[in-house]
Amino acid sequence: MLGRRGLMAAGAASVMAPRVVGAQGAAARTLRVIPQANLTSLDPVWTTAVVTRNNAFLVYDQICAQDAAGAIRPQMAEGWEVAQDRLSVTFTLRDGLLFHDGEKVTARDCVASIDRWSKRDPFMQVLQPAIAEVAALDDRRFRFRLHRPVPLLLEALGQTQFPCFVMPERLARTDAFQQLREAVGSGPFRFLPNEWNPGQRAVWAKNDRYQPRQEPVDGLAGGRVPRLDRVEWTIITDPATSANAMTLGEQDYWEYPLHDLLPVMRRSRDLVVQQRLLEGTYGICRFNCLQPPFNNPAIRRAVAMAVDQRDYLRAVAGNEPDGWGVCEGVFTCDTPLANESGSGILKTRSIDRARAALREAGYAGERVVLIAPGDYPQINALSLVTADILRRLGMNLEIVATDWGTLVQRRASKEPVERGGWSVIHTTSQGLSLTQPVTHLFLRANGPNAWFGWPEDAGIERLRAEYVDATDAAERRRVAEALNRRAMELMAYIPLGYYWQPSAWRRNVTGVFRAPATVFWNIAKG
Amino acid sequence: MFAYVVRRVLATIPVMAVVALFVFSLLYIAPGDPAAVIAGDQATPADVERIRASLGLDRPYLVRFGAWVWDILRGDLGTSIFTNLPVSTMIAQRIEPTLSLMIVTLLLAVSVAVPMGVVAAWKQGTLVDRAVMAFAVLGFSVPVFVVGYLLAYFFALEWDLLPVQGYTPFSRGFWPWLENLILPAIALGTVYIALIARITRATMLEVLQQDYIRTAKAKGVGQRAILFLHALKNAAVPIVTVIGIGIALLIGGAVVTESVFAIPGLGRLTVDAILRRDYPVIQGVVLLFSFVYVLVNLAIDLLYTLFDPRIRY
Repeated sequence: MLGRRGLMAAGAASVMAPRVVGAQGAAARTLRVIPQANLTSLDPVWTTAVVTRNNAFLVYDQICAQDAAGAIRPQMAEGWEVAQDRLSVTFTLRDGLLFHDGEKVTARDCVASIDRWSKRDPFMQVLQPAIAEVAALDDRRFRFRLHRPVPLLLEALGQTQFPCFVMPERLARTDAFQQLREAVGSGPFRFLPNEWNPGQRAVWAKNDRYQPRQEPVDGLAGGRVPRLDRVEWTIITDPATSANAMTLGEQDYWEYPLHDLLPVMRRSRDLVVQQRLLEGTYGICRFNCLQPPFNNPAIRRAVAMAVDQRDYLRAVAGNEPDGWGVCEGVFTCDTPLANESGSGILKTRSIDRARAALREAGYAGERVVLIAPGDYPQINALSLVTADILRRLGMNLEIVATDWGTLVQRRASKEPVERGGWSVIHTTSQGLSLTQPVTHLFLRANGPNAWFGWPEDAGIERLRAEYVDATDAAERRRVAEALNRRAMELMAYIPLGYYWQPSAWRRNVTGVFRAPATVFWNIAKG
Repeated sequence: MFAYVVRRVLATIPVMAVVALFVFSLLYIAPGDPAAVIAGDQATPADVERIRASLGLDRPYLVRFGAWVWDILRGDLGTSIFTNLPVSTMIAQRIEPTLSLMIVTLLLAVSVAVPMGVVAAWKQGTLVDRAVMAFAVLGFSVPVFVVGYLLAYFFALEWDLLPVQGYTPFSRGFWPWLENLILPAIALGTVYIALIARITRATMLEVLQQDYIRTAKAKGVGQRAILFLHALKNAAVPIVTVIGIGIALLIGGAVVTESVFAIPGLGRLTVDAILRRDYPVIQGVVLLFSFVYVLVNLAIDLLYTLFDPRIRY
């Protein structure tokens, strides 16, 4: 629909028609995107920020990648060969791969990139003791030499949570804890550094020399075909302004619309509002297992008995039942390891029974400090629902309302609440990270090295190690059920279910497909 | 006069030093850890510590402060922790939108508020006066973001007359530049208009009681000449003072306005930097703002001599 301003502009433009036709053509091939956050860093190894990872998917390519079903398929690799003794895996690169600076992609670039990424990726760090060496054999082949078989090697290399992106060797040799200033990859789009204004704009141009795979796109696997000349991200921090910009056609694609604004967006005939990511976002209520009262597992379990996930999910994502889902296990629902062994406690959903359990557990009125980040609407909503439950249970609650920056610092404190510590925090996680024990941050129970809250449980750690060595699906499933059971006994965190985070785009944007991450290849603008 | 200006410019140095010390100390004791934000959820405490060390955040207070001051003395505002870009580059990227917004707002506010105040004083007690005063009260009471959203709703969404967000650089044409600034300038300028209109009215009422105004009237000088040549010039000193003080108001309001209208200015840069704990950027922007404020005050002091020849420095 052409608005009044559009008509006025068109009238003025008719005077200088040829120039404008060209400009309109260029505009038609430019996708204007409101990203979920400001792109502050270009280095996907240095920071785990999702927005940086989304930028990396435009710029870089992966050796192998996840399809929509979660299987690992070749991407830059032509294929791989596992030795008969399973003690080496040799990868062969596709021919004709070029970096944006014109240099050929070689096996040495892959080895250097794997080396830098391995130093930061928690999944790879689990596998590292079994890896003897990664070495280039020639320009197109490199080999993993292993001390013992590593069944999860491909899953690690092709994962989406912390992907292994291939960069030129000269960049990949940078210390993994130092930030790269350049973004030179071999992916379908080139980053334009001169047009980067952090906080306002980031721009990518089509990589004309990119050679996509011939298979149809499937999740992050298959042909990554750049169909746009430019992708322009404009940072708009205010959700209402973003919604207005989408409605008026000033922007084409909004990655994470605020749930409150979805009904307004859905009413617009010019907009499509749909789920794009394959997994939902999972809520987590984490206890500090080191300090009273939540150093007592019985008290943690008592609180879990009062939780009804639907209250949390409505608070975050509203009343539309297709906007969220109950998931009363520790693994992402509808994935191979999802199960509810021992999850009966989460089906109690009774304040009275929880109160009785709390009494039995010996709660003696210890102060409970719950930190809520006001600048993070979803996590804040989860925090306020827990606060309400704790109050109704009669716990001695203090809510600390703060910002996310302060929360991430304070949650690192192991001190008692009287000395700046904490008792309960909340966070969210992409479902993708919770599909298996190796990447499941909140499941770890290795005491001081576990995620904030620092639970310690030999049983969980033993099961996790068993999972790493498991060779078949049935064995993995058995371990996953045992892990869920043990996690429910330990209750280091309460799973709060998941909500969908839809995206919105103008109706003239075509080729949008579902994937584990927000990517812009295969998308066109009509 | 020249000696006065030199003295005042030199006086900014201790002011800036105090501001620098204050800002640095405040950020040092403020909670928040950029290394933890960068490292993300999956990082181990050792990873966070290594990032902190690589950013130099593990060094003692005095060492960090000394290094920062030394860099400033050499004209280097530092490098952003997150973007790895020089702070001066980031400020340069953002200064045009903020400057444009402030200039347009200032021009709009002065050209609307001063006549409003003059007319209100002239028509004291009438409906016009009451309307101006009602507007002033409303302008003070309604927050900038509410005015902003209302303007965006009507002028952009409902009537499709102006863009709802964004900024077009001046180099791409006057109208595209102005088009993006009209709504933000009205939103930001409302409180400013209210302030200046009230002060203008009050000062004009006082001046209009003076003997020389009565004399001018007796001599048969026209109403317009009395108001704008005789009265307004004599009322100018307090008005100019308020306009100067209002610059601080504009800087504060720009933060909100830039967010509502997605203008990539210094206000948003400051807020983003604060939320992420990007210390070098916060320090650089606050120093810049305080420097501008000191200069504005100096400019106002010099303007006094134009309006009142009895003032000499």
